[in-house]
Amino acid sequence: MNVKKPDTTRISGNVDAPGHVTGRSVYVDDIPVIEGMVHVKVFDSAVAHGKISFLDYSAAEQVPGIIRIFSAKDIPGENQIGGIIPDEPLLADGEVHYCGQPVLLIAADTADAAEMAIRKIEISFTPLPVITDPREAFKLGQLLSPSRVFTLGDARSNLAHCKYVYSGKAETGAQEQLYLETQGAYAYPTESDGIKVYSSTQGPTQVQRTIARVLGLGMNRVEVDVPRLGGGFGGKEDQASSWAAMAAMVSWILKRPAKCIPHRMEDMRMTGKRNPYSSDYTIGLDEEFRIIAFEATFYQNGGAAADLSPAILERTLFHATNSYHIPNVKVTAHSCKTNLPPNTAFRGFGGPQGMFVIEAAIDQAAKHIGVDTTVIQRKNLMDDGTEFPYGQIVKDSEAINSWDELDAHCDLEKVRAETVSFNAGNRFLKKGFSMMPVCFGISFTNTMMNQARALVHVYSDGTVGVSTGAVEMGQGVNTKMIQVAAESFGIDPAKIKLESTNTTRVANTSPSAASSTADLNGKALLDACNQILDRLYAFVKTELTDNEDETVEIKNEVVYINEEATVFNWTNLVRQAFLKRINLSAKGHYATPIIHFDKSIEKGHPFAYHVYGTALTRVTVDCLRGTYTIDSVQVMHDAGISMNGPVDLGQCEGGIVQGIGWMTMEEVIYNEEGKLLSNALSTYKIPDIYSVPAKIEVQFLKNEKPSMAILKSKAVGEPPLMYGIGAFFALRNAVLAFNENAPIPYSAPLTPEKVLMGLYG
Amino acid sequence: MIRFLLNEQSIESALPSGSTVLDFIRTHQRLPGTKIGCREGDCGACTILVGEWVNEELRYQTMTSCLMPLGNAAGKHIVTVEGLNMRSLSPVQQAMVDQNGTQCGFCTPGFIMSLTGFLLEPGSGDHEKAIASIDGNICRCTGYKSIERAAALIVEMARARPAKGHLDWLVQHQFIPEYFLKIPARLTLLEKDLNSQMPLVRGEMMIGGGTDLVVQKHLAVKNASLDHVYDTSSLQEIALENGRVRIGASVTVTRFAGSPVLQDHFPDLARYIKLISSTPIRNMATLAGNLVNASPIGDMTVFLLALDASILMNDGKQKREIKLRDFYLAYKKMDKRQGEWVEAILFEPPGENRRFHFEKVSKRTHLDIASVNSACLVQLADDGSIREIHLSAGGVAPYPKYLAQTAAFLSGKKPAGPVLEEAIRIMNSEVAPISDARGTKEYKRLLLRQLFLAHMIKLAAAETSVHEILFA
Repeated sequence: MNVKKPDTTRISGNVDAPGHVTGRSVYVDDIPVIEGMVHVKVFDSAVAHGKISFLDYSAAEQVPGIIRIFSAKDIPGENQIGGIIPDEPLLADGEVHYCGQPVLLIAADTADAAEMAIRKIEISFTPLPVITDPREAFKLGQLLSPSRVFTLGDARSNLAHCKYVYSGKAETGAQEQLYLETQGAYAYPTESDGIKVYSSTQGPTQVQRTIARVLGLGMNRVEVDVPRLGGGFGGKEDQASSWAAMAAMVSWILKRPAKCIPHRMEDMRMTGKRNPYSSDYTIGLDEEFRIIAFEATFYQNGGAAADLSPAILERTLFHATNSYHIPNVKVTAHSCKTNLPPNTAFRGFGGPQGMFVIEAAIDQAAKHIGVDTTVIQRKNLMDDGTEFPYGQIVKDSEAINSWDELDAHCDLEKVRAETVSFNAGNRFLKKGFSMMPVCFGISFTNTMMNQARALVHVYSDGTVGVSTGAVEMGQGVNTKMIQVAAESFGIDPAKIKLESTNTTRVANTSPSAASSTADLNGKALLDACNQILDRLYAFVKTELTDNEDETVEIKNEVVYINEEATVFNWTNLVRQAFLKRINLSAKGHYATPIIHFDKSIEKGHPFAYHVYGTALTRVTVDCLRGTYTIDSVQVMHDAGISMNGPVDLGQCEGGIVQGIGWMTMEEVIYNEEGKLLSNALSTYKIPDIYSVPAKIEVQFLKNEKPSMAILKSKAVGEPPLMYGIGAFFALRNAVLAFNENAPIPYSAPLTPEKVLMGLYG
Repeated sequence: MIRFLLNEQSIESALPSGSTVLDFIRTHQRLPGTKIGCREGDCGACTILVGEWVNEELRYQTMTSCLMPLGNAAGKHIVTVEGLNMRSLSPVQQAMVDQNGTQCGFCTPGFIMSLTGFLLEPGSGDHEKAIASIDGNICRCTGYKSIERAAALIVEMARARPAKGHLDWLVQHQFIPEYFLKIPARLTLLEKDLNSQMPLVRGEMMIGGGTDLVVQKHLAVKNASLDHVYDTSSLQEIALENGRVRIGASVTVTRFAGSPVLQDHFPDLARYIKLISSTPIRNMATLAGNLVNASPIGDMTVFLLALDASILMNDGKQKREIKLRDFYLAYKKMDKRQGEWVEAILFEPPGENRRFHFEKVSKRTHLDIASVNSACLVQLADDGSIREIHLSAGGVAPYPKYLAQTAAFLSGKKPAGPVLEEAIRIMNSEVAPISDARGTKEYKRLLLRQLFLAHMIKLAAAETSVHEILFA
């Protein structure tokens, strides 16, 4: 008899939340430390480019509490931490290339002692030229990696035939990740020449690889464990490695536990940010406002070392045409080497920088032609069957659908009329709005990285332990993994424990990045669960039936044969299977099928699928003071069939606000000497509760088309950030409503300063 | 020995009085729920609740433990998130779980402390107050909307809270653990002990709330013998004396904003104060601290300059009163003699005929340092001319600027277009802004003009003249 029971496998919300609200969740700095722990502090360069002409730390070594000071020559293995390209030392050796570059490591009994010692270090430099502008670096031929060009059709010759042709320049600034938990690691030596490292990293394997290299060990000697992250946002994808390598090196040499956690200001000046871009574009349209051709050249500010910049550069090209079908495209990207901290990943990974440029180009065209920007945007949205500049054919596009659904919901015509009428009636307050479509490709653009593994143990009491390569950093991946296992086994999620991410349990992981973590690790986890289920089903058949063809399944912990409940429930099935020596553990593996990309021709099918959506942003500018409020952001988002509404909603809301921050108040400022001026939370402002839109309304499109997403629930980590780009254009429109000749270039962030200068310029 | 209560525990610590409460909690007591986010009071991850007697009543306020000197904990009840945890989640914690108000979780304990602080505050609690309670908590993950939804739930639950005996009610409904009921008696005992043991030693460094000194000189603060004046009751008074408002040096911004005397004289006070730092920082920061910090951009300094306030200096033997506008000499240089401290701030309140206005613009409207701030006090004559004017501005000079020449020029004149234009010209000659992280010098000049015009619209009925200037 099949009794209907409530479905216990459903989870709504985040399973980690009770730990968070009680302060019981454990981050690296909360792990109980072992006696004799050493504090590691970094002495960093105060100049952006120079040769170290003099360095004396003998006085610093005499400070009470100082155990030892390490320089590059003390590194046991290779002084190299470059991920994609080996171009970055752990500690400066003779030359420094950016302000904040680590030079020495101070190992001390207390952090205070280390700080006292740092004040006694004497260093001088022979200055070398400092370059902070990517275009200047490009002129001097200073590139971090080979330049890339994507082409479709023939942009140049088609531009010649366009009715409307416009060229311009667009710029986007850096953005500090500002994870609330700073970088950090804690390490201690283990036997057999091993070392165990707790790291706040999105890429445990990258940390492991870096430490092995720096210490001259095999990767098997290095165990990296990640409890959870107090935020990552890309900033801990590659740049967690140096802090972990520093803690590991000191621990390894001194044979003592060592912790290296920077102060916020150290973190801000020593780590890279979202790459700033400066770009040139040309756009050509026909008389019906169809975009016929688009050309762009992106100058990426990579900073002093490659880090992830070459991969970020690639994604800029992948998203250079955003949600639009443009038949003739030529986009070129240069990764320029400057004397700033190596810039790195940040949610969107170059995609937002690319999208800003095409949106600027369309906006410029619309303003010059004298039509509403939304007319050109809507006209050119991509549909199935068209081709991306990189050769993938558009399939299951929701670009038009999400726009039209949002229009139907918000009534764009009415919004326009309301805005015009408000502006006519108000002298010192002006409103503006914009539409921002988003199309974001899901998969690592480096095909090889699209693989994952998971380890599942079913314990003899029926509880389950799950390890994957996924790092929990607030995105709710722990919850999603538990959902996958619970749904697969048909058991209560409370029986499942998500283990920390650990390189000894799950090896050779890809970082938790590219919005793909739940997809890749979830599918690997499904594979592991299925292996165990297959064995359990076979066991059930052996025990209860001789018929191989009968279907066994587990629903709400009850075992059914051909939909008839059996004597087995999950717990006694597991116990019985164990007694019969059935293997209750499995290692799952997943490698995304279909995807490929050939860099030699820059064509292929790099993405498993795309995520689509459209946002309407409305703002009000105070034209006396130049301040502004973001009134509302309304979004139609393509989530597939969301497996966890609250978690995905949280990703959308958080991403939107981060995007708005990047476009408005978050301004990373370096002076000409390459010194960071916005070097603390007092000078670098991220959105607070008062600055967020009064209304954020996110609606999920009903999209049940088959996709390659885990449980058909589409990736959601990065795409929403790009809705925030709409804030720039909405604000710009409001400023133009006050002063139609406002000198207000396509240069983000649009701070209150730029707004006021525009209003009265 | 510093003695206080930490959660349910009695503490006696011999640590330096200038070490931070944050390090004491995390390192010495191993209570890791309180997080280290920035160590400068700008993120709220280390927020704690501090309970102390205020007029015979046990009151709790949020503070950032990263800036709170341990000596300032003496005789108080310090509460961390561990001190709120019960067998099951409190309704505040549950609301944050239910509304998905937490993602990475690192900022979350700070939010829990602030929202619980909102409930511990006596009086009615509306949604606006609940949101104000978390104005010092930064979250990088959620975009705050889910936290707003949690706050709305909490406000709803708190409606039933009685005006009197709210502690009992909160315990009864498991918002806070039962041990809170014993805290008043325990604090009283502790206070008696403290009073009999309090050493009367003058330290080598005077410290108030710590919100600036601990940021700027944390090692020096830790290593110095300190004179903790934050709790000195004689320095905490706000009174009317001979027609002047007298504000003790240790009056915090919160106390200033909550004073009925000041609320009477400044109808928009709450709106101004909302622009100044955050709830936990206002709970700690003293007015005198803002003055002697001599930051070119101090909000309260600029506020007081336009009131043409005076300060009472004391060196232990002698007192002298000087005008605040004469106090600042150069960048971070004051007319403050060896051994002198600020004892009180004095000013004549605006009264019936004079009107006051404060303006501040920063990159982020709240919890930010101003690009330019400005205050203005105006008395108009019956014919609409300016009888008396005081004008101040921050961010446009090496020190907080009293714009004497501009004010002198405007005195006796009607605020017509050409007059305002000339005033702006004079004002520009009085200031010398520099370009920094808060804006270019060109921007600061333009912004100063705009804020001046905002004053004129607000205080001098000069809307038409302002239009003439801006829309010419």
